[in-house]
Amino acid sequence: MWKLMVRRIIIMIPQIVVLSLLVFMLAKAMPGDALTGLIDPSIDPAAIEAMRERLGLNNPWYVQYWDWITRALQGDLGQSFFFKMPVADLIGQRMVNTFWLSLATLILTYLIAIPLGIVSGRYNDTLADRLITGYTYVGFAAPLFITALLMLYIFGFQFGWFPTGGSVSPGSTPGSAEYVIDKIYHLLLPALSMALITTVSTVQYLRCEIIDTKQKDFIITARAKGASEQRVYHRHILRNSLLPIAALFGYEITGLIGGTIFIENIFNYPGMGQLFLESITRRDYSVMTALVLLYGIAAIVGALISDIILSIVDPRIRIK
Amino acid sequence: MRNNHADNADTLSPEASDRSPSGFRILWRELVNDKVALFSLILIVVIIVFVFGVSMILDQAEIVTVDLFALYQPPSSEFWLGTDYGGRDIFGQLIIGTRNSLSIAFIVTALTGTIGILVGLISGYYGGTIDNVFMRIVDFFMILPTLMIVIAFVTAVPKYSIVSFSLIMTAFLWMGIARMIRSKALQEKELEYVQASKTLGSTDFKIMFTQVLPNLSSLIIVTMTLNLAANIGLESGLSFLGFGFPESTPSLGTLISYARNPQTLEFRWWIWLPASILVLVLMLSINNVGQALKRATDARQRRG
Repeated sequence: MWKLMVRRIIIMIPQIVVLSLLVFMLAKAMPGDALTGLIDPSIDPAAIEAMRERLGLNNPWYVQYWDWITRALQGDLGQSFFFKMPVADLIGQRMVNTFWLSLATLILTYLIAIPLGIVSGRYNDTLADRLITGYTYVGFAAPLFITALLMLYIFGFQFGWFPTGGSVSPGSTPGSAEYVIDKIYHLLLPALSMALITTVSTVQYLRCEIIDTKQKDFIITARAKGASEQRVYHRHILRNSLLPIAALFGYEITGLIGGTIFIENIFNYPGMGQLFLESITRRDYSVMTALVLLYGIAAIVGALISDIILSIVDPRIRIK
Repeated sequence: MRNNHADNADTLSPEASDRSPSGFRILWRELVNDKVALFSLILIVVIIVFVFGVSMILDQAEIVTVDLFALYQPPSSEFWLGTDYGGRDIFGQLIIGTRNSLSIAFIVTALTGTIGILVGLISGYYGGTIDNVFMRIVDFFMILPTLMIVIAFVTAVPKYSIVSFSLIMTAFLWMGIARMIRSKALQEKELEYVQASKTLGSTDFKIMFTQVLPNLSSLIIVTMTLNLAANIGLESGLSFLGFGFPESTPSLGTLISYARNPQTLEFRWWIWLPASILVLVLMLSINNVGQALKRATDARQRRG
């Protein structure tokens, strides 16, 4: 077990190194460098050149890469040209919002997916199952951003049930109970829009697992011994079918990354995805590359979590 | 050699039709038996023929010309689906946009398919070190947040055009196909026909492309169909965020992106809703066809 975990974590190191190289290349390819935007065009070119030299912008790329990566490891992600503040602080402010949005989405995803998957698998080929399967067909095909737009149009604008943007109403004081409720109220529609799409794979997976498990010998044995239907499902089938779902948890993180970019943009929710898009339009490239690096690491860690859960759940993998 | 094959097929054909139907016939039979999928297929063909036909008559230059006297017109007999913030006809943009979006989806699907099949076949057939190296690369790219990296590359490219857009998309989308083809090629190369062909002295190239590849054809068709739908979604998603088609080239995503303006979203449905529905219909129909084809490749799930 530990051996596998250590080996799996060691695989992660080259992945993160390659990712950082890729991000560094991207940062270099971006028009402009750390000085563009900071300076007035009327400054003497010689002074700019001296500044470039001092910041190490004239060094060979591997020296610059090494400087960048060692600073990043210490939490220094550079300066935002636009806000004139450290990138790490800027991202920190937004990260909290994205964290809550992702958490709400995950909770809603499992709240919707597990009951639907169980009903669909337990009563397969009934009307309920057909409806749920129909929903998964549509959800699989529908792109997230169109779903979110339609949800915002229908429930935000036409019915007016939910706020149509932001993460909190202006004027509410942090710390009060109303503030927390208001935050949750602002979260609901974006999180639900994303959850409607992310549930699909879990529902499909759970349904197949249950239908598969239903026909296994140990279930027939349990029934033959006179176990009640309730007991067969709760103690035997669900326990075996839910475990693989747990293993997919880490990969949900990768899915959320792409999702939050669209959702935060559509609902005007001030999170990291929105910051990413804003930093591109503002040509604030140090923020953008830092975000790509952070999201990339998050995805790599997500895959790691999935593999570790999978190896706990399924002992056969440990042997390899 | 090619002639020999043809002769064999001829002498066998009366018998062969009694035994098992060919891969393509199985796919076709499943499609015809699944009424929803058949309807979807007809719908896709109608949309494609209509869009490509009408866009030949339409004048793109005229449609993208700004007309300040006709801003935000609601649908009327002159502008069937109204106009946008530049007074440009939405219906015309919808037709040309669909053509552009479909074309790019086809191109990207074909490019990713070609690269994926090549890498997958070589990796699976040779195995060993080549396989290890290719699969580590594929694993790495599969984990990455593709959307963000594509957006970052789109911003980094100095002379941005439709060509660079398709190339960037291709560069990050071939891995899924490669991984799937590789796992099938791994199974396939253990089969007797490959061993027999090797014993007869066929080159690796010949075995891979004329013997193993045809056996994977139905699987490839299924994957490419599902990928086509996914690529339509990805292109419109990127254009929606403003990182897809270059400015002033109409596409489905560009039309939907007008809805990022809350005023347009709330009051001017004619601008973004038709394009959204069209994307949904296209993706759903192509997926339906793809799922039916997928069932056909798995004998246990076939309906027909």
